[in-house]
Amino acid sequence: MHDFDVLVIGGGHAGVEAACGAARMGARTGLVSFDLNAIGAMSCNPAIGGLGKGHLVREVDALDGVLGRAADAGAIHYRMLNRSKGSAVWGPRVQADRKLFKAEVQRIVHAQGSLALIEGEAAALSLKRGAVAGLELADGTLYRAPRVILCTGTFLGGSLFRGEERFEGGRIGENSAQRLAAQLREAKLPMARLKTGTPPRIDGRTIDWAALPEQPSDDEQWTMSALTPGRVNPQVFCAITRTTEASHAAIRANLHRSPLFSGAIDAAGPRYCPSIEDKIHRFGDRDGHQVFLEPEGLCTHLVYPNGISTSLPVDVQHEMVRAMPGLAAAVIVEPGYAVEYDHIDPRALTPDLQLRAIPGLYCAGQINGTTGYEEAAAQGLVAGLSAAAEELGAAPPALDRANSYIAVMIDDLTLQGVSEPYRMLTSRAEYRLRLRANNASTRLTPLGLDAGCIGTARTEWFEAREASRDELTAIFDRKLHSKLLADADLPVRRDGGEKSVSEWVRHDGIALADLQPWIDEDLTQNAEMLAELAEDAAYAPYLARQEAELRDLRASEGLGLSHDFPFSEVPGLSSEMIERLTSAKPPTLAAAGRVPGITPAALSALLVYARRWQAAA
Amino acid sequence: MTDTIFAISSGAPPAAIGIIRISGPLAGSVLEHLSGRDFEPRRASLTTLKNSRGLPLDSALVLWFPGPETATGEDLVELHCHGGRAVLSAVCEALAALRGLRAAEAGEFTRRAFANGRIDLAEAEGLGDLLSAETELQRAAAMQMAGGIFSAQVDEWRSEVLRLSAQVEAALDFSDEDDVSELPPQFAQGLIALSTQLEDWCSRPRVEKLGEGFRVVLAGPPNSGKSTLFNALIESEAAITSDIAGTTRDVIERNVAIESIPFSFVDTAGLHDGSGDQIERIGIERAQVELARADLVLWLGPEGRGPDDAWEIAARADADDFTPKSKAQFAVSASTGVGVQELKLALVEKGRDAMPRPGEAALNARQHALLSDALDALLGAQKVSDPLLCGEELRRARAAFDRLIGKATTEDMLDALFGRFCIGK
Repeated sequence: MHDFDVLVIGGGHAGVEAACGAARMGARTGLVSFDLNAIGAMSCNPAIGGLGKGHLVREVDALDGVLGRAADAGAIHYRMLNRSKGSAVWGPRVQADRKLFKAEVQRIVHAQGSLALIEGEAAALSLKRGAVAGLELADGTLYRAPRVILCTGTFLGGSLFRGEERFEGGRIGENSAQRLAAQLREAKLPMARLKTGTPPRIDGRTIDWAALPEQPSDDEQWTMSALTPGRVNPQVFCAITRTTEASHAAIRANLHRSPLFSGAIDAAGPRYCPSIEDKIHRFGDRDGHQVFLEPEGLCTHLVYPNGISTSLPVDVQHEMVRAMPGLAAAVIVEPGYAVEYDHIDPRALTPDLQLRAIPGLYCAGQINGTTGYEEAAAQGLVAGLSAAAEELGAAPPALDRANSYIAVMIDDLTLQGVSEPYRMLTSRAEYRLRLRANNASTRLTPLGLDAGCIGTARTEWFEAREASRDELTAIFDRKLHSKLLADADLPVRRDGGEKSVSEWVRHDGIALADLQPWIDEDLTQNAEMLAELAEDAAYAPYLARQEAELRDLRASEGLGLSHDFPFSEVPGLSSEMIERLTSAKPPTLAAAGRVPGITPAALSALLVYARRWQAAA
Repeated sequence: MTDTIFAISSGAPPAAIGIIRISGPLAGSVLEHLSGRDFEPRRASLTTLKNSRGLPLDSALVLWFPGPETATGEDLVELHCHGGRAVLSAVCEALAALRGLRAAEAGEFTRRAFANGRIDLAEAEGLGDLLSAETELQRAAAMQMAGGIFSAQVDEWRSEVLRLSAQVEAALDFSDEDDVSELPPQFAQGLIALSTQLEDWCSRPRVEKLGEGFRVVLAGPPNSGKSTLFNALIESEAAITSDIAGTTRDVIERNVAIESIPFSFVDTAGLHDGSGDQIERIGIERAQVELARADLVLWLGPEGRGPDDAWEIAARADADDFTPKSKAQFAVSASTGVGVQELKLALVEKGRDAMPRPGEAALNARQHALLSDALDALLGAQKVSDPLLCGEELRRARAAFDRLIGKATTEDMLDALFGRFCIGK
């Protein structure tokens, strides 16, 4: 008899979603953390969401995850990024008060049924015939469980760098799970090293806010989670400042003291989020870089200066910061530092995030080479739902590249691996016109309901919302003559003829609300659903065009390559391609096409060989 | 294991020599079996081929190409035999009798070359055209394709679209960074420059024109000398001629190459308003259809009564009742040969302009359709103001380019493509 169906190690964003997700599926779940009070801690910046990341928050929420609700509970600043562009790339982002965020996570975790919280240090996996059988804690306790999910973040062999200083550990002031790390190393998993960084935290009372341009919270009353009725906290504003020539001079003079340049760190960092010393080094001609000053909470004076992550020595950090407008008298409370950490090559994972080498062991979050709360949470959710589903003989939600950013990320990770910390971007999603942050519930909640991972509150909310869908959809079929619109000074040609509301909302300069005079229903009612339907109508011609492409995709998804497919025997593949395919083990021909470096000719060779191999088998 | 295949790769026998190709893992051992000896790779050697019972089949020149650096990417043998039917069928019989060997299916050699990464799809298509080329121009155009010129061009376009896409994506995904939030002004110019290039390619004559020929339709009232001129042009007696009006009741079509320009000459029933018999009426209806399909009409009727852009021909210049036309481009007499040569030269010049130029790769219908897709997407990208939709259009263009060089492979498409090849190519 097992003590648990699923055991989750780690109480960060990945661990919380994994544990709550597995428990929502009905699996007997345990969450192991060496400090239960640390569950739900935001380890880095106070922002949740953003471009691409906001989509992940909404998708996790649509599957009844924790992140969106906790973000709203902590939110002290809301901003919809990219609002001037098409709604499919809008990026909802909040700044969250750490305390409030954590309190909400703790509340949800404690209220979650079928979930036990276990304080202790995970010491070693218990293995039986190479597969997971349980988990041993440092105090000798052994829990038997057939599925264990590792959500250990940078705790795996993390090292901190600040100038000439070195520390072992993940975050400042916490232990690293070194024993477990050693065990993973023994399993000879493919590992690599990445780095990430954090900026110095500044005492907000020493910032001259009046001298800086403000960025207020959005007036529009949107929320991260579909279940949050409205905003609960007072809203603060962020401010914008810039690095100056004097900041740059200070950095340049001390580049040799940065571990990034002294050679102490040679792991790859993110190209899209470089340290300030990287920026100065690579874009030397720029006279300044924008820095967002983000308050960390309502009851703290800490401010997170987004854009100057650094591992320079403390004295240089001071010099750099004080050369920026509004920061002449700034006091650094906690200096910035760089973290170098080991991660598992995610190509060693199956699409449900299980390690091929150790059946029953799942990995989620930073351990897989990703960066960011949202990426971690989404992986945790997938691992939790998959592990629980497998144990219970159920099916997890059927996610694919055409229905979710979550699947785009998992597919990218497990097929392409990572060469820098992986961050979600909208450009990674080829079908992003249909993957809007705004329609996540429509896309995913029904899949969640089928899988059984949606709680009562969301089920009721969703059913109520869907009840109005048909009636509201009918509005878009109504025909309106161009004369009516032209007479009301809308930017259309009088002789445009009769068109449906669907067609009218595709016109530049016409919003659904403009058509209210000719629509009986009050458009301010059900505004959220109407906005979604209007966006569907606006994108409809593009979506229709993608249909053929999606049919092709699904057809080649249908050609399976079994786990023992002999890539090395396919004639015409270069040894590099064979290496990449063998590492990534694409489960289908379509997936093989997404492995980097696989040319069209190689794919055809694969197709021909796969057919022949299938016929022979 | 892959089968080893063979086929006669030269034209249909009899001929001076007949080449049999063998491709596959057994090719080397088959050669040894037939000749009883080893061969140096890539050197022609004369040897006697024998069947399994040791009886000599032919004295042949043989070439041994060990894979994978071969046309098919596999071990490959060429047997240059004497080209008589009996010799070739005896060798083929001997090959078919060997275990693991079978006759190749249509297009199978090319398919293997493609599957083994020796050629890409555009090159494979070029090869198909090359093998069925009948005129020098067709051959030259197919060579351009098979040589990969078009693939290289598509690669270049694809990189340019990728560069433009990157600018759009930067504006979408990093709009919170201060330096990439808007599209740079050069973006629109880049888009226009690229679509202008594609427009140019799309408006070029297509490769099918080389196969179909420049279509010249002879038209005019009954007994205006169409068939006589037709025969003079095709230098044969393909059409029946007589002095009775209405002899040519249907449409007669002949393909000829003049100075290596492919032509398709079409002789039509005479056009007149009279109510002739039913067969003739059908002939006249067909003639109307032909006029619409023509690349050029030679009008032999009364001046100014032919279709627009038709060449006015004053035919039967030798006849007693000859009525010269005031604006005739040509006065010809097919029976004496007067003016026919001049007309032919003018047709060659006109036809050449309508054909893919030598040295330029020409597109086939599939390639044209995909390139038009890409162009449509690029033009779409210029119309939308939202960078998100612009990004989607550029993605569509990239997908079209990918399909052009064979990325979106579906087996149907491959089958359709490779089914075109004759056995043994």
